[in-house]
Amino acid sequence: MLLRAELAGRVGELELEVSVEVQSGSCLALAGPSAAGKTTILRWIAGIVNPDRGLIACSGELWLDTEQSICRPAEQRRCGLLFQDYALFPHLSAWRNVAYGLRALPRAQRRARALELLERFDIAERAEDRPATLSGGERQRVALARALAPAPEVLLLDEPCAALDVSTRAAATRALAAMLRETGTPVVVVTHDFHEAAVLGDEVAVLDGGKIIQQGCAEDLAARPASAFVADLTGAVVLLGTARLQAGGLTRIELDGGGVLTATDPAEGRVAASVFPWEITLLAPDALAPGSAQNMLPARVTSIVTVGNRARVGLLAAQPMVAEITEESARMLELSVGSRVAAAWKATATRVGEL
Amino acid sequence: MRKVTPFTAALCLALGLALAFLTLPVVAIFVNTAPGQLISSLGDAQAREALALSLETSTIAVVVIVLVGTPAAYLLATRSFRGRTAVVTLLELPLVLPPAVAGIGLLAALGPNGILGGALADANIELVLQTSGVVVALVFVSSPFYLSQAQAAFAALEQSYLDASRTLGSGEAATFVRVAIPLALPGLVAGLALSWGRALGEFGATLMFAGSFQGITQTVPLAIYDQFATDFPAALALSVILVFVSAGLLLSVKLASSSALRRVAAR
Repeated sequence: MLLRAELAGRVGELELEVSVEVQSGSCLALAGPSAAGKTTILRWIAGIVNPDRGLIACSGELWLDTEQSICRPAEQRRCGLLFQDYALFPHLSAWRNVAYGLRALPRAQRRARALELLERFDIAERAEDRPATLSGGERQRVALARALAPAPEVLLLDEPCAALDVSTRAAATRALAAMLRETGTPVVVVTHDFHEAAVLGDEVAVLDGGKIIQQGCAEDLAARPASAFVADLTGAVVLLGTARLQAGGLTRIELDGGGVLTATDPAEGRVAASVFPWEITLLAPDALAPGSAQNMLPARVTSIVTVGNRARVGLLAAQPMVAEITEESARMLELSVGSRVAAAWKATATRVGEL
Repeated sequence: MRKVTPFTAALCLALGLALAFLTLPVVAIFVNTAPGQLISSLGDAQAREALALSLETSTIAVVVIVLVGTPAAYLLATRSFRGRTAVVTLLELPLVLPPAVAGIGLLAALGPNGILGGALADANIELVLQTSGVVVALVFVSSPFYLSQAQAAFAALEQSYLDASRTLGSGEAATFVRVAIPLALPGLVAGLALSWGRALGEFGATLMFAGSFQGITQTVPLAIYDQFATDFPAALALSVILVFVSAGLLLSVKLASSSALRRVAAR
């Protein structure tokens, strides 16, 4: 099975134009900010609404071709769609929700098949309960079982974990990734969370301004963000400046507002330099740069948030930054809001994207 | 304890006045009717025939309204098209028509000399002064109540439920039956109760279009009016019966809808 879609159309102010291709058993994650048109792309593929121009082919069948005026209605596309709020029918119990799409089976077999699916997602004990009484995670699993019940050709997931509590989201995302690996159908998942995209997707496509601006595996995107936007989406600290190639192959970046960085990625002109918060070391303001760290910026602490044994330290150098250090080092440095520190990291940890 | 402000006192006074004014006539009907009178009026042929006719015609009218009104309301709630507002306004028009105007209008449209009078005569359909004419008058006067309630109920449905049904292989018609109607049921039942109540109390349009013939077109309101001139206690007793029947009907519809509501449950 293979899904191929080339879609273009206007959504409000946004001119969307994307092209996606997903192999059987593989998952493409479309990542981007809210209002980037992610949900619209799923609705176009599912046939709930139609793009102005486009072509969708799945497993050799043509679902949409605006040039030939071919357009299969949603109910004939066999697209499993997991809605952001799950959209479980409130008037039906969990198993009847799953059985809803099993009309091709004889009536007598539907319940058994629905229970089998619920069993697979480890939620069979809630089969008789209505959606209103289920927790967010349980609803997600029932909705997934429902979407997979008619054996869809393609599975589309719209922000599958956004409706879950922060405390359970990470575990639920990993569990979902494991379930998706088992389905064997092409999957398209949209999310605004790069971490979620990285866990779920074999490939991540970043959507901005109505277009896919970079596509690749999550590690590549994080390591070589093509733009400040991609770097920001991956959770990195983004610093803007002007780059110049130095003798010896290093790039020297003069940051807007003051400060100089060194990077190993070659670049010239306006750039966005990015570094992950956990690669930044904090030092006393008068300390020498430790070992191999070539980049050091004086900064003032603007906030400290402790999460478990880690501390996220908000910093203001010439531009705002975030460093993630252990809670213990934060104590040893006697950090408090207003403290002066030096932020240091290696040149090799500095990724550079041209603007 | 919370201090009673002058404003709260004014609100209470307004509510008290409204409550007294609106319940007094109903209370008076009950107070002035002796139980013996009630029983003897039930034995009266005119009263029994009127009651049977009222139940029969209003039930048929409500069935017609629901069968035609439900899909029509779904269309108005789920599609936008040019002139939609005008259509909705036209459908609501009978709500503000005086019953006498409704009766005249029905005569002008469906009476022997009306616009469709000839066509109806050719088809051997006679409405004026017939039981079927009562049904026509009831449908005309009561359907806007159901239409507007049903339209609001369908419009309030979350689109994602309908979309989910489509992606699960149900076409538009199946989605309408399997998802839209069950989810809108509380609103539909409320609309049904309103229009049924309106149909049971209908007087003016029926009188003008169908007349007041005992056993043929004389519904309970018409029988009450008929008896009121000659036998006031009998009219009162019949009124008590109509209040009971209407209240019982509304109550059972409400109960049915609340059990439907419980099934749909807090989302």
